[in-house]
Amino acid sequence: MAIAFKPDETFRDDFTYRNSPQAIGRFPFPFVADTFMYSVNIEPHVPGEKESCFEFPLDVDEHYVAECRERAFCLATTPDRFLALPHMMPAQWDALELIASSLSRDYPQHFCLERRGTRWRWTNRPLGLEDEFTFGDPATLACEPLEYITRQAQGDFCLLDQRDGNLWLDAGMATSQADWSLNFDLGMNFVEWHGPVPLAAELGVFDRALKFLMNLQIGHPVRRLNWTMTIHPRLDTSPEQSPHWAPDRGAVTPANAGDLVHLRVELQALWRLPRSNAILFSIRCYLISMNELVTVPKWGRRTHRVLKSLHPALLDYKGLVRYRDTLVDWLAGFDDGTPTTPGTGPE
Amino acid sequence: MRHDEAIPVEVAAVEQVTPLVKQFTLRRVDGGPFPPFSGGCHVVVVMHGRGRTFRNPYSLLGSPRNVDCYQIAVRRHDAGRGGSRFMHDEVRVGTRLEVGHPVNLFPLAKLARKHVFVAGGVGITPILAMVDDLRSTSAPWELHYRVRGPEHDHFGRKLRDENGNRVHLYYGSHGQTLDLGRIVANQPLGTHIYTCGAEQMVAAVAQAAKAAGWTDSHVHCERFVAPPIGDPFDVHLARSGVTVHIPSERSLLEAIEAVGVDAPYLCRGGVCGQCETEVLELEGVLVHNDHWLSDEERAAAKKIMPCVSRARCTRLVLDR
Repeated sequence: MAIAFKPDETFRDDFTYRNSPQAIGRFPFPFVADTFMYSVNIEPHVPGEKESCFEFPLDVDEHYVAECRERAFCLATTPDRFLALPHMMPAQWDALELIASSLSRDYPQHFCLERRGTRWRWTNRPLGLEDEFTFGDPATLACEPLEYITRQAQGDFCLLDQRDGNLWLDAGMATSQADWSLNFDLGMNFVEWHGPVPLAAELGVFDRALKFLMNLQIGHPVRRLNWTMTIHPRLDTSPEQSPHWAPDRGAVTPANAGDLVHLRVELQALWRLPRSNAILFSIRCYLISMNELVTVPKWGRRTHRVLKSLHPALLDYKGLVRYRDTLVDWLAGFDDGTPTTPGTGPE
Repeated sequence: MRHDEAIPVEVAAVEQVTPLVKQFTLRRVDGGPFPPFSGGCHVVVVMHGRGRTFRNPYSLLGSPRNVDCYQIAVRRHDAGRGGSRFMHDEVRVGTRLEVGHPVNLFPLAKLARKHVFVAGGVGITPILAMVDDLRSTSAPWELHYRVRGPEHDHFGRKLRDENGNRVHLYYGSHGQTLDLGRIVANQPLGTHIYTCGAEQMVAAVAQAAKAAGWTDSHVHCERFVAPPIGDPFDVHLARSGVTVHIPSERSLLEAIEAVGVDAPYLCRGGVCGQCETEVLELEGVLVHNDHWLSDEERAAAKKIMPCVSRARCTRLVLDR
């Protein structure tokens, strides 16, 4: 079935982004219990329920066209959102193949990939694109392969090189990131770019996760969910743009909390790439306003309890300190104290 | 690799390339292309023998640009556990086998300014595909390859025909030896060295590089060990609730698999760490043959790598 795109939504200025009831129903709610702490919450990235955001390796939803337009705007105004070190070119082609073949296989009504040897034709109907290029020859594309294909995909993408017993962030596209900078992190290893995360290193989470990812196998991708909160449905919360968004944290009042505050969930997936032996790391951002969230009663109750009990170091790291109390008071109106059922789905 | 995801293949060609080595060309039973791979990859080949399943890792030696077939080379080990004898004696054109997805534990260093390869015997196989990957880069490389004599030099001659004086061949029967001190001396900054061959050769290259002031990060080796034969012993698998006998010529991992217990693995050669298993009880000593556990971990005797390691014991209980 064709997806009904909402091409005119905005993620800045007038913020017209909204979730349809269907989009709310398939939102990847992240809290498995009424409290939250870091864990190695990595699971196989295998097909999930039909219509859910886990149905296909790369999820396309009603926000696709608008998100691609937002990405193009970010690239036009701040070109350092796509960066790639020269040794990552084989990995860029691997990523192009993975993304293009996933989209065309899973959404044939919207995308088509025709291959004749290394001569490939790519059709993207929602964006009105039709291009021919030679796989492996960057001169046949208007931009580098990772930039080309991720201009046509929702979510941020990083390419991790594996060497010296570590993973290195050596290429990426990031325009919808939760306060981390590609330009700053480029060339860092797994331990370095996780440096600012509190508590997790002491819990041994990173050592175990790195060891696990170094053995990631072709054909066996994995995923995890990560979360934070954002004021307004703003995709671009990069540190470079923080003058435009950080002050919004002071604007939350009991009257506007339901509209302004959004739960921001990242569906992160990791794939071993076959020709380059690199890893593709996708970070897909889903935004839901508190008003939309509490339409699922269990999610409202549980989010209230998680935020109320959240460790102070996490409140600080996730930037929630200024409005947490206001938000918890607002959410209390949706928590009648009844127990929540196991799992993340609605009751 | 999970056992249900192995790719069914048929042997399309068998070639005796040296007195000890046969080369096998494998095609998918469904006729499709194989997964793409990178130079340095291995696959685990699953062989169903009479009453016994062998799973041996072999490097992919064909060009990564051609995935219509996979190619492996198998050296015959008469004193081994039987996998290579099965490949040499039982496998012919048309034989059905299975292969897992490729895994690369011996990748090229993408930032290297120059690549130096040192190989012995059948250790040349991963390097054949690595050299093919280097065609798409401008990085210079050289190969030093030692075999017993000219009759063992099928792959070396092939590489020299294609690459000329980048390839240096050494024949033991002609008294030609690798001068490792000279090879590692005066290499340009940013050179990486890779070895694959017998344990003594790998160790000698590492030692020569260290003596010449190389950093460890620029020295790479493929040091899969075949599971050695040892004393028989019994193991109790606590989670599965079964006791398994490990005969001399079977590895702990193979014996665990044979009783139907699913155990994780990638390399089956003691290097990747995937099969690491907790030792719950031990009366006796562990015989560690892997390159994964640290000296402290070996001394603590709380972990074992069942793909290659064994025990001399009266009681062993594993968390599996």
